[in-house]
Formats: sequence, structure tokens, C-alpha cells
Amino acid sequence: MFALSIADLHKKYKGGFEALSGLSLDVQEGQFFGLLGPNGAGKTTTIGIITSLVTKTSGKIRVFGVDIDADFPAAKRLIGVVPQEFNFSIFEKVQDIVTQQAGYYGIPRREALRRSEKYLRKLGLWEKRNVAARELSGGMKRRLMIARGLVHDPKLLILDEPTAGVDVEMRRGMWDFLEEINREGRTIILTTHYLEEAEQLCNQIAIIARGKIVENTSKRELLRKLDKETFLFDTKNPVTEIMPLENVEFSLVDETTIKVTKNRTQSMNHIFIHLDSQNIVVDSMRNKSNRLEELFLEMVE
Amino acid sequence: MMRRNWISFTSIARKEMIRIFRIWVQTLVPPVITITLYFIIFGGFIGSQIGAIGGYDYMAFIAPGLIMMSIITNSYSNTVSSFFSTKFQRNIEELLVSPTPNWVMVLGYISGGMTRGLCVGMLVSLVSLVFVRLPLFHVPFILLFALLTSFVFSLAGMINGIFARSFDDISIIPTFVITPLTYLGGVFYSISLLPEFWRDLSRINPVVYMISGFRYGFLGIADSNVWLGLGMLLLFSVVLFLFTLSLLKKGVGIRA
Repeated sequence: MFALSIADLHKKYKGGFEALSGLSLDVQEGQFFGLLGPNGAGKTTTIGIITSLVTKTSGKIRVFGVDIDADFPAAKRLIGVVPQEFNFSIFEKVQDIVTQQAGYYGIPRREALRRSEKYLRKLGLWEKRNVAARELSGGMKRRLMIARGLVHDPKLLILDEPTAGVDVEMRRGMWDFLEEINREGRTIILTTHYLEEAEQLCNQIAIIARGKIVENTSKRELLRKLDKETFLFDTKNPVTEIMPLENVEFSLVDETTIKVTKNRTQSMNHIFIHLDSQNIVVDSMRNKSNRLEELFLEMVE
Repeated sequence: MMRRNWISFTSIARKEMIRIFRIWVQTLVPPVITITLYFIIFGGFIGSQIGAIGGYDYMAFIAPGLIMMSIITNSYSNTVSSFFSTKFQRNIEELLVSPTPNWVMVLGYISGGMTRGLCVGMLVSLVSLVFVRLPLFHVPFILLFALLTSFVFSLAGMINGIFARSFDDISIIPTFVITPLTYLGGVFYSISLLPEFWRDLSRINPVVYMISGFRYGFLGIADSNVWLGLGMLLLFSVVLFLFTLSLLKKGVGIRA
């Protein structure tokens, strides 16, 4: 059973901007699914359509087999969403925000209070339950939205850039939490800019560009496709020129930093020997970027 | 299904009540102060110079009008500002992503407008007791006109909130439409005292019928046909409710 099945989704905004041009995507139940793509690729529009914040121009969407055109309320009950931007009232109290949301799903107040306590505790917000939301830190606001998105126990949780603006330590904690709820059997779809995040969490990754899916495969398969890597070399002395070398690109970032891009299969020794022959001494080296990032850039270009 | 909708409705209503009473200094106090000033200035200082209207002294004549005025403005401003700020802070999305039907959403917000409109109306009525003893000619009329007028203006405020794109937009209609219609709606005078032209013009102002019908409930005198007024209110209630629903269905102002 697919948790989410999107077929040939189109969205043209008033004013003519075509955000989605035939996007199709299937997400298996139980998957931790990563949706990657540059800004403006259509990630947020897609999520908006699934959650009824944006009206589609055409296409079919099924959530656990429920067609949103046939029975949107039933589909909505299966979906929890954690949006990219804060969208709660900053004047309301933390627990009120969560219990109200439960109420909108028809969950009786007693049960709503019980569940809000469960999730606020899990997300480390219980102490703050009577505080107005505006007093929370950025990371806490983000976690508040996760608690709110889970309060009706959705089978599919969609998170739009959940760790944007969250510090490293807290991000780890959030990852652990998301992995835990995924293990409990909840399907998770995550959009992110942090490719490290997708690499860490997701077992299936799709890349979206210009309103279409350009790649949809398992993480392992995706990483295997990656054949280039980039390093930065810091040199002992200023360098003005580097002789070319087959299958390797050199460029000078500044006079003591060289950017080196090579095929993954090629040995490093080869490069060092080449540099040594020109009397260039490498003091230290570091990875230029995350591996997925490169693949990503390659695909969306 | 009905039970879920009921829970959803009470959740919205509860949120609206919390809002009204959280910011009571903005929602409940100012209208009471304003109307008290009207009582003192128009009813007391000026009213003592004016003769009786329809057999009642001026204070008794304007009291129902002032109560109605407070119901109208507060019902309207509660839904317009609550709904617009919900849109502005984007927490309207909390409702939109939920299975809550549009009609439940409308009734939820309207319940807030009516709560504030009728609360302020009650407070103003209590204040009026300091100045005048109002008779109760026909209580069902008082209740019906108060409830329906509050309902209609709560809806009107919600429609304004749906269309509004900025904070300016939520004060334009109250300033240029609601206030003139109310002040010219016979709060302070009987339209029968107006020259013919102005009297006829006043008859196309719906607020005249609301105030008149409400006043009839207390004093038993009316500027206009009270049954016509009641019919108009019922018609406005239905038409505005359906119009609001159609706006939400189309996603005007709330869905991209």
C-alpha cells in the first residue's frame, strides 16, 4: 500500500507561474522519504496541495488509497503536517495550541489533553506548556509544531524543512525522535536543504527540480551514482599556476588554497605526485562539501 | 460525524472566548467607556434640553439605540480582527489542514463575534440602568433582534476578514460603512423627525430597522415596520452565511 501516491500533478498559480509540471511520486507505507530540491522547485507547493492549503490545477492524489477529490476530510485525518514557517498564534499558550488542533480533528478534550501531554513531554516542551508561544526559542517553536502535527496520530507525517534554524545538538535530538516515530510504523516525508539530514534519516530519496521529480531512488543507489568529489588543499607556499592533469580539475580559491575535483575511483596519490613535481607542498586538506550536495547540484542543473 | 463537528466547533469557540477575555482591555472595556460617555453627554447634558420622543424622555429613547450600536460594532470588529489576525499569523492553516467543514469554521468564528457583541451589549445595558429604567415591552423582540443583528454583523466582519489583505483593510469598512450607517440609523433621533427626503433615504439603511425593532422591544414604539425588520434580518442572516461559505469554498483569501 502506498502511503502517498501522486500522479501527474500540475499547479499553475494566478499570474501564470507554473510551480508543478506533471509531478508523480509514490511513497511506500513505512518509508522515511526525503524530498530534496532547490528553492522554488515545488516542494512546498506539493505539500500545500496534499494538505489542502493550495488548490491543484490538475492531477490525482491518494493518501493510503483515499482520493483527496473523493473524500478530503478522510485523507486529512491520515496526514499530519509540520510546515516550514511558524504558523501558530504566538499569543496562545503552548498546550492550548496542541489541544485546539486535536479539537479540530474531532478529538474529545480529555483525550486531547492526554495526547498533548504525551507529545509535549516527548519533545521536551512540557515545562513550557503554559507559556505563550512567542516566548519559545526557534527550536522549541519547531518542536511545538511537531507535537501539533502528531496530536491526531496521523499515519503519514510530512515535515517541510523541520530543522531549519535549529542548532546542531537539538537537530540530533529531533532526528532521534523522528527515527523513533518512523520505527513505530509512521510513514515520514521530509523536505530538507540539509543533505546531511536526508543522508542520515531517509531510506528513499527523490529529487525535485522545476516542478518535476528528476530522481527517485534508494539512498544507497543515489550515493553510488556519485562519482565526483571535491577537496580543498592548503599549500605551504603561494601558488600561481598548476599544470593540468587528466580527469582532475584544479582551480585556485586563493593563492594558498587549491580546489581539486576528481573522480571517486581515481587515487589521491596520483594528484599528490603531480603537485609534488611542481614543488607544491600540501599542508592540509579538507572535504569541500557534502557528497549528496554534489550529486544534487549535478541533477538540478 | 456530528460529534466530531461539534468538538471542532467548540474548539474554535473556546479559542475565540479565550482571546476575547485575554485581551479584555481591548475588547470589552473601550466600548463600555465610549457608550457610557454617550449616555452622559447625549442622554444627560444634551438630552435634558430635548423634549420627549414618542412619549419617552431622550435618555430612554437613545438607550436601546446605544446598546444596539455596541452590539453591531463589537460583533463586527471581533470577527474581522480575529479572522484577519488568524490569516496574518497563518494559524488559519491549523483549521484548513484539519477535516473541519467550512460551515463549522464559520459558526465557530461567528460564535466569537456574537459572544463579544452580546457581552458588550449586556455590559452597556447594565450601565444604562444607572441612567434610566427601561421598560420591557416585548422581550422576545429584544432577544431576537439582538441575536440576529449580532449574527449578521459577525458574518459581515468575517467577510471583511476574508477579503482583507492588510490591517488597513480591516478598518476601512467599519469607518466608511458601518459607522455612518449606525450613526444615521436612528440611534440618536427618530427618523420620523427628519424631512421627507432624508426620511425616505433612511429607509434604505438596514440598520434603521434593526435599531427600531430592538427599541420596539423595550419601548413599544418604532420608526419602521418591525416585522419587516425581522424578515430583513433573517434574510441577511441566510444570504451572508451562504456567501461566506461560498468564499471559503472557493478559498478566497485563504488558499493559494
